[in-house]
Amino acid sequence: MLLKLTFASLYARLLTVSMTVFAISLSLMLYLSVEKLRTSAYTSFTDTISQTDLILGSRTSSIQLLLYSVFRVGNATNNITWESYEEIMNKDEVEWSVPISLGDSHKGFRVMGTNLDFFKRYKYRGGQSIKISEGNYFDDLYDVVLGAAVAEKLKYNIGKSIIVSHGIKSFTDHDDQPFKVSGILEKTGTPVDNTVIVSLEAIEAIHVDWSSGAKIPGQETPIEEIRKMDLSAKNITAAFIGVKSKLTIFKLQRWINEYPEEALTSILPGVALHELWRIIGIVENLLLGISIVVIFTTLIGMSAIIFSSLNERRREMAIWRAMGASPNVIIGILMLEAFIISFLSTLVSSIFLYILLNILQPWIDNTYGILINIELLSFKDLLIFILFIISAMLVSLIPAIRAYWFSINDGMTIKI
Amino acid sequence: MEKSNLNADTIRINSVKFHWSNKNDFKINVPEFNVARGEKVLLLGESGSGKTTLLSLICGFLKPISGDIFLNDEIINNLSAREKDQYRCDNIGIIFQQFNLLPYAKVIDNILLPLYFSKTRVQNIKDQKGTAANLCKSLRLPDEVLNMQASKLSVGQQQRVAVARALIGNPPLIIADEPTSALDKSAQSIFLDLMFSQISESHSTLLMVSHDESLSQRFDRVINLDDILKEGD
Repeated sequence: MLLKLTFASLYARLLTVSMTVFAISLSLMLYLSVEKLRTSAYTSFTDTISQTDLILGSRTSSIQLLLYSVFRVGNATNNITWESYEEIMNKDEVEWSVPISLGDSHKGFRVMGTNLDFFKRYKYRGGQSIKISEGNYFDDLYDVVLGAAVAEKLKYNIGKSIIVSHGIKSFTDHDDQPFKVSGILEKTGTPVDNTVIVSLEAIEAIHVDWSSGAKIPGQETPIEEIRKMDLSAKNITAAFIGVKSKLTIFKLQRWINEYPEEALTSILPGVALHELWRIIGIVENLLLGISIVVIFTTLIGMSAIIFSSLNERRREMAIWRAMGASPNVIIGILMLEAFIISFLSTLVSSIFLYILLNILQPWIDNTYGILINIELLSFKDLLIFILFIISAMLVSLIPAIRAYWFSINDGMTIKI
Repeated sequence: MEKSNLNADTIRINSVKFHWSNKNDFKINVPEFNVARGEKVLLLGESGSGKTTLLSLICGFLKPISGDIFLNDEIINNLSAREKDQYRCDNIGIIFQQFNLLPYAKVIDNILLPLYFSKTRVQNIKDQKGTAANLCKSLRLPDEVLNMQASKLSVGQQQRVAVARALIGNPPLIIADEPTSALDKSAQSIFLDLMFSQISESHSTLLMVSHDESLSQRFDRVINLDDILKEGD
């Protein structure tokens, strides 16, 4: 009876109630989508590189090594000699390794020298491989493979001839040795998209006439001659390493970090990614904070709506009282209302959220490289809903208690 | 006031005093007031004379400062708030001036509402919906109103539904607070005829409050509120 009449009462105020439900649903949806984006951003971020057990670099901090080797941000302080790299590569624990060489750029995009193993070994998002979308991986010395974002932003196609600049921001170009685009990669949502990839030999080739970071004046070796030279790398910047058994990771890491010939660092990418996320994760907490405030505001709003309806419902309360309802029943009716409104809101907000996610998911993936998993409500979401409903009912206690006093004091005298 | 048999009284008030804690100027003081079982009493008084306060005291909404109120020989001013609420819904049918009904609820639900709170009244009837329908029929309400929303009814119809609600489950006392004031003269007369015949049938006691002396001849007894109130304390 109580439930039936409460529904009838809400139905009689359909417009106000549906506006309230709509407003609450929107803010709940905002909270849920921020939460979703937050967790997805975290997963996407920590999934930037996967299945790589160790990253090797010269002696530096773990975050710095991660930044330049994976995110192509900043520079290495030192290179690693090929001899050291080879010695590590030949250790029993190592199953595979991919050397990379950084330092040059093209129109603001970093150029990375590596070998074909990179395309095979670099994994992201829990084991996805890099795929080529157009053309082929590099074959010739002067072939270049572009990340998806590079090709898209610079509007480059297969066969386009490009010049690599020396350093990250310099006006000196390796214009004597032009490259040709041989392939364009599929979008990965990782920094690979913003990378121009060439072979390690190509990096050596463009620096033939260079010494200590400067071009040797007057010296200009013709391309034909360069092609005949031994271009095997003498230095690399970093390397990705996979081990045969996970149990040996720490042993190998310690061995590398204590390597006597050269000051080296090796890091566990997962750990470093997590550390880095903790630094940039302040933003996520901010987002979360904002959405909690939004929810709180809506709750207050709901309470205010119930509150403002109280005066006109004072007579209704008096009728309930005259029929024998105790003041507790009056409180119960208002809390039941809050329950129904907040419960409906959670349902509506879930529907909104999934419509929104379905619309935005491809766009977010393409633009920001954040893959949002559209799934049924998680346990955590349900918990949030339950917490929300409980707090909605707690907040509605404020108008309910006021109605309680009204109903006690009004008695037979009913104000209209 | 003759009272040969104490048990025959539905309402008995002994030296009841009441004043609002926040309004010092308003006081009521009722040395003695009795209504016998089955009696139909009209209480005449101008607005602001304390009619509603007296009704609130009898219904147990307000607690007297001193004195005793008996309903069916049970002293109600000492009951707890919860017991008073229960007592009220078990024993008293209340009809207000107007806006008696939950506007959003169906007429049938409005009529059955007191039964939701009172087991005693439920025990008095076998078939809830049938009883409600019969009451409506006796009060000349068309059958189809039962499933209509209360707010869709005319004021006169709403007041009759209020009578049906007050009477359902045969509470011993009906309290009516100017139930005809929202009706025009002819509707008033029809309404009172119907209400009286129903109340007589259920052998309930009626205490009705009004400022309209012309209604007097229908009642067993007419009392001026001023006669039972005593000024000062």
